[in-house]
Amino acid sequence: MDNKIVVRMEQITKIFGIVKALDQVDFELRAGEVHALLGENGSGKSTLIKVLGGIHKMEAGQIYLEGKPVTIEDVFTANQLGISIVHQELSFAPRMTVADNIFMGKECRNKLGLIDVRKIMQESQRLLDDFGSDIDPGELMCNLSISQQQVVEIVKALSNQTRILVMDEPSASLSLTEVEHLYEAVDRVKSMGISIIYVSHRMEELFRLADRVTVLRDGKYIGTVNIEETNEDDLVTMMVGREIESHYGEHKIYQNVVLELKHLSRGTAVHDINMQVRRGEVVGIAGIVGAGRSECARVIAGIDKGYEGQIILNGQEIKIRNPRDAISKGIVLIPEDRKEQGLILMQSVKFNATLCVLQKFIKAIGVNRAKQNEITDEMIDLLHIKVSGREMEVGKLSGGNQQKVVLAKWLATDPKVLILDEPTRGIDVGAKAEIYKLIDELACKGMSTILISSDLPEIMRVCDTVYVMRKGSMGGKISEDELVQEKIIKYATGVNA
Amino acid sequence: MSKIQKKERFQNGNIWKTVKNNLGIILSLLVLCVALTFATEYFLTTKNILNVLLQISTNGMIAFGMTYVILLGGIDLSVGSVVALSGTISMALMARNNWPLVPALLVGLGLGLAVGIINGILVTKVGMPAFIVTLAMMNITRGLALVMTSGKPIYVQDERLLIIGNGKFMGVIPLQVIYMLIMFLILFCILNYTRYGKHLYATGGNIEAARFSGIDVDLVRIIAYVISGLVSGIAGVMTAARLYSALPTMGEGAEMDAIASVVLGGTMMTGGSGTLGGTLIGALIIGVMNNGLNLLGVNSYWQDVAKGFIIIFAIVVDIVKNKKKK
Repeated sequence: MDNKIVVRMEQITKIFGIVKALDQVDFELRAGEVHALLGENGSGKSTLIKVLGGIHKMEAGQIYLEGKPVTIEDVFTANQLGISIVHQELSFAPRMTVADNIFMGKECRNKLGLIDVRKIMQESQRLLDDFGSDIDPGELMCNLSISQQQVVEIVKALSNQTRILVMDEPSASLSLTEVEHLYEAVDRVKSMGISIIYVSHRMEELFRLADRVTVLRDGKYIGTVNIEETNEDDLVTMMVGREIESHYGEHKIYQNVVLELKHLSRGTAVHDINMQVRRGEVVGIAGIVGAGRSECARVIAGIDKGYEGQIILNGQEIKIRNPRDAISKGIVLIPEDRKEQGLILMQSVKFNATLCVLQKFIKAIGVNRAKQNEITDEMIDLLHIKVSGREMEVGKLSGGNQQKVVLAKWLATDPKVLILDEPTRGIDVGAKAEIYKLIDELACKGMSTILISSDLPEIMRVCDTVYVMRKGSMGGKISEDELVQEKIIKYATGVNA
Repeated sequence: MSKIQKKERFQNGNIWKTVKNNLGIILSLLVLCVALTFATEYFLTTKNILNVLLQISTNGMIAFGMTYVILLGGIDLSVGSVVALSGTISMALMARNNWPLVPALLVGLGLGLAVGIINGILVTKVGMPAFIVTLAMMNITRGLALVMTSGKPIYVQDERLLIIGNGKFMGVIPLQVIYMLIMFLILFCILNYTRYGKHLYATGGNIEAARFSGIDVDLVRIIAYVISGLVSGIAGVMTAARLYSALPTMGEGAEMDAIASVVLGGTMMTGGSGTLGGTLIGALIIGVMNNGLNLLGVNSYWQDVAKGFIIIFAIVVDIVKNKKKK
């Protein structure tokens, strides 16, 4: 790798209303390097790449491309200059083919001015081959896995003579195995001599992928370090500006079993699951995406109707026919997708936080607003939700605070069994730590918790006992003293590693 | 209670929220009224104002029910035809079968209810798109009304019906207007002060999240269609009573007027956001505009054109407002 600077961004300032999203931020990208951009939500990393990509206009600052000052007016100029962004929320037409998506907006035409389907197919095939991918260009986008869709987006970006590829949290929605595919793709792009800006929350992957890391905090530039010369703790400190506790007190686990599953089965997704959760215990369910973990949780929470086997709560078998049954018995599921399943984004914090406990302040007719406010405030305090007021629209909160509102909503019901499905996905380190702390606190108060997570360090940090699921069945059970990453992976994949 | 708390309470109140969220159309309505006051002497008279209210009474009622359905991201195209069929059935039972007044009218309401249940079940349990279900139901009910009447009016002679349809409260305010206001109050309270109301907003805002929260989303949706159907049934009986006859063409185009009122009132077609107060104002705007064009002697065919433009204008204002927020 030579040390030629491809992009230099100097003193970039971007203001939204009264908020300084970027405050005189510097950034530079060398030719052929993978440069990670790290920071909590709201630190300005997305804004910075959007300025580079022509989506946002900066108020002050200058961008140099290979030493020459450039003005990036819009996305089109950015593309012309060889800058492409692969966004976090993938944007493609799901019911169109891979080839159509790659050539969207620059469709080849034949002599009649009609779309040249054959040429688009051939070109796409060539591009995919060049990238070493075996994706069929004729396949519909919606039939691909997320990592394959990402590959298509990358190929699409590369087809524009891209020299600088920006990837915005590409691994956020990927499973363990899919992440590997992503990393391979990044390596391949790098080997083509293209410079990459890689935005991420996940600390461990930076050490696998990045050459250098630039950290932003609260819209300010904190520093740039070579990856070999740093470690996880240092980076976290740079990100949050304070030390984060990584270890918590022991959970006190009582002997009485609160929730027991016996031979729980439903369709093909959940098969003969046996599990026990004791009072005060945090039980993890590990496994790869598609192993049936969420499906199992959905059965217990009554989301998916009809099951075989037994669900036993405090020694008594209970029947769960719908989510109401589960909630009234004290079993709640904090769903994996907070925007789709957890929140009514257009409504207020108050509306969301009290949605599951309406009966507490609306009897037959008439709303006891004082009571509703009281419940809301209690939850805002308990979870340290950062809001400007109870009436604030949930959609305007950061990911971490949204997740806390989701938690608030179900904790307000005073549950006995808490099932968390990927509770820290896509939220920043600080909020993550707070959620871990909360899980610990609840456990110490006697809550029985089931934590579903694809994040192994998370499982090992928080859980007392871990079950591993594989293809809808139980792959194995690991108790705390033997909790090691290799064992979980072994059970999850069925391979004797 | 301290001053600040009082202020906060006031700001959280639904009336304030309604006013704030609908500032654009409230102003439009005021401007329209002021302009008409200067343009014609007749506009700002008690008689004319009551006339406007009478004109919008059925449309307004149907629009209130429609608000529930649209808040869920659904639509109910059958309302206008339900008006015709429920009015027709009630009048036919009285005129042909000599049924007494009250049971006959109740059957009319029951029909609206039944159509609502069918709509709701087909949409939720069978999973058909609301547009298709209610479009079909619109054809079925209108068709049945035509069959029952053979296309001709059914006349009824009953003193009490005359009073129900054309009576005036304290000799001034038409009873039809009172019915509309009562219906508004009832539906307003359900929407804002009951658990069902919260469930409706939650389901309309995000049906998956509502389901995860333990809300019986199918029931919520069925009830909304039932309310819409029932309100249309009431509107049908009311209309028939006003005309003391049933015409199979009653309520033609009422679904579109209702949707227009709801949309003008700021309710999002995708669901989850909107107010009943907004719908009332929406209905008033359409009513005042029609009235004004009449008073100004504009050809009535132009009223549809004006209505169309007003809807587009209202939505554009809405979009601009939302963009500014972002």
